[in-house]
Amino acid sequence: MRSSTTSGPNPAGEKQFVIGRFPGFAATSWIFLLYLYIPIFLLIIFSFNASHSATIWHGFSLEWYLKAFGNDDVQRAAVNSLIVAFIATVVATVVAVFAALILARGGRFRGRGLSYGILMLPMTMPEIVTAVATLSFFTAIKLDIGLGRVVIAHTVFCIPFAFLPIRARLQGMDTTLEQAAQDLYANEWQTFRYVTLPLLMPGIISGAMLSFIISIDDFIITLMVAPAGSTTLPLYIYGMVRMGVTPEVNALSTVMLAISLVFVSTSYLIGRKKQAGTANQ
Amino acid sequence: MRLLQSTQMRRVLGLGPALGIIGFFMVVPIAIIIVFSFMKSNPYGGVNPEFSLEAYKQFLFERNLMDELVFNAAYLRIFGRSFLLAIGTTALCLLIGFPTAYYMSRQPARRKNLMVFLVTIPFWTNLLIRAYCWILLLRDTGIINNYLIKWGIIDEPLTMLYTNFAIFLGLVYTHIPFMVLPIYARVEKLDFNLLEAAHDLYASRQQLMRHVILPLAAPGIIAGSLLVFVPCLGDFIIPNLLGGGKHLMIGSLIQLQFGGSRNWPFGSAAALILMSFVLIAMMIYVWGPGRKMKPEGDA
Repeated sequence: MRSSTTSGPNPAGEKQFVIGRFPGFAATSWIFLLYLYIPIFLLIIFSFNASHSATIWHGFSLEWYLKAFGNDDVQRAAVNSLIVAFIATVVATVVAVFAALILARGGRFRGRGLSYGILMLPMTMPEIVTAVATLSFFTAIKLDIGLGRVVIAHTVFCIPFAFLPIRARLQGMDTTLEQAAQDLYANEWQTFRYVTLPLLMPGIISGAMLSFIISIDDFIITLMVAPAGSTTLPLYIYGMVRMGVTPEVNALSTVMLAISLVFVSTSYLIGRKKQAGTANQ
Repeated sequence: MRLLQSTQMRRVLGLGPALGIIGFFMVVPIAIIIVFSFMKSNPYGGVNPEFSLEAYKQFLFERNLMDELVFNAAYLRIFGRSFLLAIGTTALCLLIGFPTAYYMSRQPARRKNLMVFLVTIPFWTNLLIRAYCWILLLRDTGIINNYLIKWGIIDEPLTMLYTNFAIFLGLVYTHIPFMVLPIYARVEKLDFNLLEAAHDLYASRQQLMRHVILPLAAPGIIAGSLLVFVPCLGDFIIPNLLGGGKHLMIGSLIQLQFGGSRNWPFGSAAALILMSFVLIAMMIYVWGPGRKMKPEGDA
């Protein structure tokens, strides 16, 4: 985020002086990136393997993708994942917009710091603690609403992920356009609807997308709170992985990686456009 | 007066839903496990509503046949192992993460952005899948062993999966972006003139690193270390999948109490102990040395 707003140390100086340079740093960085990506690439490559073995290459095939998509359990799990992610994202994003408007624009007031702390709580708490606490709570109040439990738990931890990009966007926005609108006799609602909201949109989309992947990918909390019959994709994959390594898992995992990649890239590109926009002002 | 009322009203309406959801479904649940941790366990799941300190005693003692408390180090060992693994992971992440973050910050803008993006992506991909990648590689019949045998380098597969080594590798792999990014955010703002000035005053490379770069990067290093240490301590997926559940860590211990072995009060107590470590770590961050260094760095 910060990288393109500060243009960095003068690029000309960087080439002339070797002073900022340390031996081995470049090698470490490239080895690090290889370490980060080689396992993922191997997973993707072997998902197209023609053999039943998940780890010896025999030739290209889409067999495992067809098999995974044709599996009824996978389809059910995928539908569950999408339902949960969709509801959690919508609710989390809507409440995050209002919270961000108050915290970024509402001036100083008592309890502001505390409110921020509570909003960030799901992000700072170790997932396993949230998971067992939520399970205990649902059990204590005897809340037995199937997939609804998963939806509630996901909504909670999606809120901070939706909130942060929206707040960042609000902080980078100046209020001149809104003032201009009010000078032109727009009432408060009109100002919000036709000025603030469109300007805020990139932050909202970014936050919603991040919430969506965080929800689609969640495993630990879902594992604890999901009752039998409410399996999501990560739970299904976990079950399969524990049974052993099969190429079907590779195919499913690759699909999930692709989904995450598309969402993060889109969110990133929207974020970059936003920075270009503020830089021009 | 009316203005005050309406802004007050707005704050309540605006913050209410978000705080309400988190408050009701997260703060209340934490309060509930605090209560649970002081109750007796029910072997059929859940708790018996009777006050008891049994859950906390269980960390250090077990009851023998005569119903006497005997010292038992099993759980202490699990906590110890979790701490060691978390500290080791943090150290290795720092060792790789710092040079990487620094190197990234010295790149031209375009490549810099690309590298940040590359480091960020794994954060948004499924942890389970990233752990699974390593199962694929490390298994006895995994990619590494298969190819090593095929090429005649070894005859017998090396045992790599379900070892402490595998856990360590997996923990570093899944947590290292949390180390790189905060350090990067600091060193990226580093004023190049400072390095030049130090160089002009005959500072050696080591001196430059020790007296200029490290002090300025310190808040990033502290933040990164916490962001690696805290989730590592409570990690559940990696020890389960790559450690095969043989080498328990705090996270798996907690999960087991709510699953198979069913001792909810003990599980709650373990979760609360983990939570208090996290709170202590955060307090160190907020009130500790990191705070003092912030204004210095911004100058």
